[in-house]
Amino acid sequence: MMTKFKKIVQSPGFSSFLASVASIGIGLIFGYLILAVINPSMSLYGLGKILFAGASDAERISKVLYQAAPLLMTGLAVGFAFKTGLFNIGATGQYTMGAFFALYAGIILKMPWWAALLAAMVGGAIWGAIPGICKALFNVNEVITAIMFNWIGLFAVNLSLLNIPKILDKVSANRTVNLAVANKSAIIPKAGLDTLFGSSYMNISILITAGIAIVIYIVLNKTTFGYELKACGLNRNASIYAGINAKRNIILSMVISGGLAGIGGGIYYLSGTAQFLVVKSLLAMGFNGIPVALLATSNPVGTIFSSLFVSYIQVGGEAMQPQFSPEIINIIISVIIYLSAFSMLLKGLINRLLTRQNSKREKEMELKASSVIDDSKSIQPEAANANHSESEDVNK
Amino acid sequence: MIIFADIMNATIIFAIPLLVVALGGMFSERSGTINIALEGIMIVGALFSCLYLNSVSKSGWGADHPLLAMLFAILIAGFSGIIFSLFLALASVSLKADQTIGGTALNMFAPAFAIVLTWAIQGQGQTTIEIPTWVRITQQSLGLTPSATPNFMETFIFKNLFLTTPVVLLFLAITVFVIYKTRFGLRLRACGEHPQAADSVGINVYRLRYTGVGISGFLGGIGGLAFTIAAGSGFQSTVAGYGFFALAVMIFGNWKPVRIFGAALFFALFKVIGSYTGSISFLPRFEGVKSADYIYQMLPYIVTMIVLIFTSKKSRAPKAEGIPYDKGTR
Repeated sequence: MMTKFKKIVQSPGFSSFLASVASIGIGLIFGYLILAVINPSMSLYGLGKILFAGASDAERISKVLYQAAPLLMTGLAVGFAFKTGLFNIGATGQYTMGAFFALYAGIILKMPWWAALLAAMVGGAIWGAIPGICKALFNVNEVITAIMFNWIGLFAVNLSLLNIPKILDKVSANRTVNLAVANKSAIIPKAGLDTLFGSSYMNISILITAGIAIVIYIVLNKTTFGYELKACGLNRNASIYAGINAKRNIILSMVISGGLAGIGGGIYYLSGTAQFLVVKSLLAMGFNGIPVALLATSNPVGTIFSSLFVSYIQVGGEAMQPQFSPEIINIIISVIIYLSAFSMLLKGLINRLLTRQNSKREKEMELKASSVIDDSKSIQPEAANANHSESEDVNK
Repeated sequence: MIIFADIMNATIIFAIPLLVVALGGMFSERSGTINIALEGIMIVGALFSCLYLNSVSKSGWGADHPLLAMLFAILIAGFSGIIFSLFLALASVSLKADQTIGGTALNMFAPAFAIVLTWAIQGQGQTTIEIPTWVRITQQSLGLTPSATPNFMETFIFKNLFLTTPVVLLFLAITVFVIYKTRFGLRLRACGEHPQAADSVGINVYRLRYTGVGISGFLGGIGGLAFTIAAGSGFQSTVAGYGFFALAVMIFGNWKPVRIFGAALFFALFKVIGSYTGSISFLPRFEGVKSADYIYQMLPYIVTMIVLIFTSKKSRAPKAEGIPYDKGTR
């Protein structure tokens, strides 16, 4: 039992978990300090909202789950690209494209929800493929291409939506029509969860996305394809030397990453509760995938928990209004990411603390043993003759 | 003809923030540190300088000494940028963390911090910091008399002129000199190409990288101010992705100062054409397409991508960028 516990404590997974927990703790303390500076008398109220509002009632819990599903997808997208050594900052463009493809399939082509989700995946994958192809074939930095195509995607989607009158709402022409009116079968099924939680936000999307996360985990860790992708990320030259087609893997990785982000867009706008708005700024949901992936150190299963966490404190942040602005949540998240940037250092520190405690115990044992020897040695000169035989025994 | 003077003037106004921020990014990357936090640095610089401009405007001192107040605002923007960029240097140089992750964190921190601070200072829901009108340099403020009818040169120079424009052009000249003609510039470039070699001849790589990131903070902060006054609708806790465009401009300019200037003008020209479509008669109208201005808004990004695809085969980033320098490695 003890040895099993020791094994868990000393495993690298445990220390990275502790490092994440430490980062989250420091981030929350920092957030509290900002609350205290802005409005000292209300600061405890604000902290309480951040920590507990997300679980305060069924409506809020379902909102946490509802927002966690797209976050989980964009987080998976960013994390998957990270594993191949690519920084997919274009998740927001792929997310927007996915949303457009899903809405087009659902509203105009009258497809059922699962087909619309597949369409979303295709849309995101196309938008993810472009940076991948530019990187692999033309040596253009994927970060730059992705940023450019975030904006191109946003403007292209706005342009297309405004030129397809059927997809727009009759009353306010800058948003898409309500799915409940246009095509009920395109709404993601609720499977009774809405009556269980008593909230219209609730549907099976969080279950779908968690399932996808597990599939991605298996692909990355249990298949040759996943191994090749990770090898490319760790050392591109070594993997080329080993006969891995790095160019193909870069493109494939970006296609899959884009597809994942696209599903995120589909899953959010096919819920039936959200309508796509024609806006002139990039959607935040795609960017928030970056912290979600970083918090989980790009582990697909970890992404499930980190997306829930980010969604949870975001709902808490909304509940702080009007006393505090909800952007304080972004400050907390950014502090957490900043700390996780040198999580290796934190991990090392925690590891050293853990092993030091263990070695301390061992040292104490050693000390006890050696002190007996030392004592006997120190006695030796004085009572060398008298205790000669005894000291010899101890020395043995 | 006046319309062309208008367009050229607007191009310069929008090229200036891109130029100065891309130069900042160049200093950082030439020292070996990828500075993806430029967006956040711009926001922080703009935040503090706009708060300063607003306060001297209220006290009345600013309207009496517009140039001096603007100069102080530029310095405040630069120094707040330096302080903010030190967080990036701390994480990526001293603590050897992943440079993109640290930069992403700072990019997320800056706008949130700006909104929270403007709320706290200006009251709940007041998220715009107004910029006083006297920051614009007019012929009157320089003691010149404008001609009765608008002419080409006057429109080109004075349509929109801010102190940031000459200051940034001065920085461009200084940058060219520092990077290519001084010992510091040579050492900085060495740290970005082969830090081990630089270290072996006694150059302190850590100190040079801190300096490189610090300079990028200074220039990035000024770029934030330049963008905000060029955009003209006050500071709203955002710089609309210009920090990232500046990165693209820097890569497009192949990490070389003069080429970066050209790239910034190029990008700004297409951006301005996108917003001037109504007044340029020879551009196609796209009859029958609703909201066709979106096509022109896409234009600068598409053109930049095409140029990048054709030029990137030859482009060469500093060799050691993105890799934290560790004295122990070979």
